[in-house]
Amino acid sequence: MNKQNISAALLALSLLAVGCATTGDPADDRSSAHPENELSGSATVFAAASLTEPFNEIAELFRAGNPSADISFNFGASSGLATQIIEQGGADLFASADQVNMKKVADEDLLQQAPRVFIRNRLEIVVAPGNPEGITGLSDLARTDVKVVLAAAQVPVGRYSREALAKAEVTVRPVSEAVDVKGVVGPVTLGEADAGIVYASDVKAAGDRAAGVPIPDNQNVLAEYPMGVIKSASNPQVARAFMDLVLSPQGREVLTDHGFIAP
Amino acid sequence: MALSPPSLHSPQPPPEEAARTGGGSSAALEKASTAMVKLAVGVAVAFFLLPLLGLLLRTPWGELSTELASPPVRSALWLSLVCSLAATGISVVFGVPLAWALARWTFPGRSLVRALTTLPMIVPPVVGGVALLLAFGRRGFAGRWLDQAFGVTLPFTMAGAILAETFVAMPFLVITVEAGLRSMNRRFEDAAATLGARPWVTFRRVTLPLIAPSLWAGAALAWARALGEFGATITFAGNLPGRTQTIPLAVYLALETRLEAAITLSVVLLAVSLTILVLLRERFMPNL
Repeated sequence: MNKQNISAALLALSLLAVGCATTGDPADDRSSAHPENELSGSATVFAAASLTEPFNEIAELFRAGNPSADISFNFGASSGLATQIIEQGGADLFASADQVNMKKVADEDLLQQAPRVFIRNRLEIVVAPGNPEGITGLSDLARTDVKVVLAAAQVPVGRYSREALAKAEVTVRPVSEAVDVKGVVGPVTLGEADAGIVYASDVKAAGDRAAGVPIPDNQNVLAEYPMGVIKSASNPQVARAFMDLVLSPQGREVLTDHGFIAP
Repeated sequence: MALSPPSLHSPQPPPEEAARTGGGSSAALEKASTAMVKLAVGVAVAFFLLPLLGLLLRTPWGELSTELASPPVRSALWLSLVCSLAATGISVVFGVPLAWALARWTFPGRSLVRALTTLPMIVPPVVGGVALLLAFGRRGFAGRWLDQAFGVTLPFTMAGAILAETFVAMPFLVITVEAGLRSMNRRFEDAAATLGARPWVTFRRVTLPLIAPSLWAGAALAWARALGEFGATITFAGNLPGRTQTIPLAVYLALETRLEAAITLSVVLLAVSLTILVLLRERFMPNL
């Protein structure tokens, strides 16, 4: 193999390495506690993917009230976030879409206090705008002409979806199993899939790119979202202040505006 | 070469002479730069070795065989091998002619075509997957035509997974083969032509053997890239066990719940790919 070949191969290899992205590292710019009462520095919040829109909005409120403090987010499936917190740390605050994954973190003795449920969410069927396939309930998801995407059973919304389908006694053969709830909404808004099961808040977040079909209470599953400050938090003051804002009437209003349900 | 001690290089002035002409400082300089190179080599090797060690130290070796025997792992492994080998095959069939055109033909927009070829290497794979959806998806312009004309839909199918892997893997083959074609000695081709060989015979009997190392290297790179492909596959082909869930996708989902399972799957993939590469290399590239 001659020099040019080798350099081409090396270039290829280095590009290969670039292709292997890592998950976002928390910001390193946190400063230690400020002498005065004013909050400063940044806290990293690990939050369920379904909280993306309301938490970004609450963070705007937080920044407006605390100009020298900041919040950065790592959104993803709660299950993956729990694994990251246990294996790598890096989180100041954890907001999970279910109790199971919060318990995993709590069982490792990584929480400062017992977690608090701050909001709830219910399931909805997400379809294309105008509902072209005429889906009226979970039983329609069993139709062979309907391409359904479910979240994988490993992530909270996937587990809830299967609970709801079991309650409705419907067997669905999905075309794909998404790795988080946003991965269910995506193919439906792109038109590649006809329907999926997501949180009501995600249908709302999709705006006019998707529509929702409600699931009756007797088939639905109520998801409880707990949050707690991590013991090894590098900036517990900012983390706690953000948590207080989420729990405040102001924060709750943002969440309910996004389709969540007050606890 | 840089690692061999300076004293082994032949025309070294004797010490006294070197000192007189100021060569002493240049010898010290050479020594220092050799040490620097050695340091860089050590850092580079450690950089690759440490993550591998991290993986191997956490591997539950006792569970490896159970994991290998479990149907979901076997189907993911099988899918990974089939899809990546198919992607490599398609890359060779279409990539070698493309490399030939880039290396030998002069046509307007050649550098543009080359840039286009390397696009999948630069674009994040997830974006590549979205781009594939917008073209070959159910609502994409090419996808709609495929559906209407042939009743073929690619998203969420194994063919879709192969397409996504080919998209990200083929550039590696094209640039490696093109480099091989550019650097080979063309006098052998000219000689064959002078002796009356038809172009195809020349290509098969003269060019191909000469660029074989590049071809194998390119194919191996493309295969490795296809085997590890995640972003474009999950975006375009989705994730369904038994149909489109290759090992990288299974690893990602296993990470959601059990780190050990994810590690085991990775080690299985690593072992399989290493075995294949070593076998291939002994068979086809003994000099590489």
